[in-house]
Amino acid sequence: MAVSRTSLGVGLLWIAPWWLGFMMFLAIPLGISFYISLSEYPLLQPPLFVGAANYSTLAVDPVFHKVLYNTLLFSAAFIPLSTAAAIALAILVNQRLPGQPFFRACIFAPTIVPLVATAVVWMRLFNPETGPINETMAAAGIDGPLWLASPRWAIPSLVFVSLWGVGSPMVIYLAGLQEIPETLYEAARLDGANSVGRFRHVTLPGLSPVILFNVVMAIINALQIFALPYILWDTDPGPERAGYFYTSYLFDNAFRFLKFGYASAMGWIQLLLILGLTAFVFAVSRRTVYYRGA
Amino acid sequence: MHSARPIRNVVLYVALVAIAGMFALPLIWMVAVSLTPPTELATVTFLPQHPQFDAYGDVLHSESFDFLLYARNTLILVVLSLFGTLACSSIAAYGFSRISFPGRDLLFGVCLATMMIPFPVVMVPQYMLFKQIGWIGTTLPLWVPASFGHAFNIFLLRQFFMGIPRDLEESAMIDGCSRWACFVKIILPLATPALTVVALFHTLAIWNDLVAPLIYLVHKEQFTLSLGLQFLQSRSGNTPWNQMMAAATLIVLPVLVLFVIAQRAFIRGIATTGLKE
Repeated sequence: MAVSRTSLGVGLLWIAPWWLGFMMFLAIPLGISFYISLSEYPLLQPPLFVGAANYSTLAVDPVFHKVLYNTLLFSAAFIPLSTAAAIALAILVNQRLPGQPFFRACIFAPTIVPLVATAVVWMRLFNPETGPINETMAAAGIDGPLWLASPRWAIPSLVFVSLWGVGSPMVIYLAGLQEIPETLYEAARLDGANSVGRFRHVTLPGLSPVILFNVVMAIINALQIFALPYILWDTDPGPERAGYFYTSYLFDNAFRFLKFGYASAMGWIQLLLILGLTAFVFAVSRRTVYYRGA
Repeated sequence: MHSARPIRNVVLYVALVAIAGMFALPLIWMVAVSLTPPTELATVTFLPQHPQFDAYGDVLHSESFDFLLYARNTLILVVLSLFGTLACSSIAAYGFSRISFPGRDLLFGVCLATMMIPFPVVMVPQYMLFKQIGWIGTTLPLWVPASFGHAFNIFLLRQFFMGIPRDLEESAMIDGCSRWACFVKIILPLATPALTVVALFHTLAIWNDLVAPLIYLVHKEQFTLSLGLQFLQSRSGNTPWNQMMAAATLIVLPVLVLFVIAQRAFIRGIATTGLKE
């Protein structure tokens, strides 16, 4: 092939619009953030180096434990549920039936609704006295829970609202389903596989790279959840802090209590948590993800 | 086997209608509440008996939610950053897909990995940086960083560029066309669909963003729509629900219209990013 190799300098010039922004707004701030995480920094005075003090305070901070627990609990419920729901919906809207574009659009539409609007609408839907959810349940003779105002139902409610946005991974699974060659299904049928067998031995392996992508994205997003609970509980920790999440506490530490060092230490733990979980998922995927091209 | 088809199809249709209804219902209900007269608010749970548009007029003229101003502010942010992000992302994507230089694939890996950095980690140092250069209280922190090449957009465009045959550029270069001219005259016009997708996602991201406006905007006359609605919801607790839903509808309507117009582009764009090797 007649592809001439370009020098590193010219190459770097082409990709400069990426790395300039990356350096200025991510890499350098990340380095500074690590330094501040080792300091006491109440914004108005210069940072004072305190070593690992912020980290050791976090280790015994009960609010930190609570928000970490809430965030992990939310993620543990949301990631598998959204994966299962998105795959099931993708299979459903992939059936050859007239009108499918309309159904796909209905399921996808909530994903583009601004989170603030989503939260405002669901706050009202969940209203224990006047909201339609409990009204409907009352009509069926069920005494509905307090939803957002109940320490027990707070996280399930948030999972529920978040699942409303499952249309975005669904679309990716749908594209993945359409990439699986029809001949594989024919072959499985000839071998006598029923629909469960075809799902397990053709659909799942065929979708596995897409599942990996969506699970990684879900981990990144779930561990950072902020805007939705922030509005749903009206900038408040919620009942018994059940509506208080990792990023909410980080945000409050930084911009409400002006404890910038403490907030930065939280940020670094969050980064390591996300990297660690992603690395774990990739390690597991080595044995379970099937790449057709490879 | 074929005899079971009609029953199977009926079952599938019932499931599809029920599920699509569940997803669409909150939005329909949002509009229904916005049309509910104040007298019916306490009693009606779903559709109002005497729908009226008064809540829209009330919210547009209320002092706590200046829709037109916030819409203008949001649009200005979109426009200011849109050109930058399209130019930066496509140039970098061209570099990653067509220029072969040492370490390119490693750097592309780094670029993809940056999508994993949680925004909260850099929130504090970014704030300090902008404070240092006197940007707090201005709208600059909301559109200058957003103008650079974003990893997601670079990735999307690179995937698209990889699918354009190289022959076109190679023959143009034999005729003396420079790399830059190839990019501007051959690749960019061909990439219009992918650029449209990037423009749509970018518009949506700015329109919907709450975190950055929440951190950086202090003056009410600079508020974006998302921050304005959050403020209306949070700090003026006595706003009637029909007005709140009218405000929410006013924010959702533009993106829904955009979605209906460009539905195929949206869905194709989302799908491409998940299907890479």
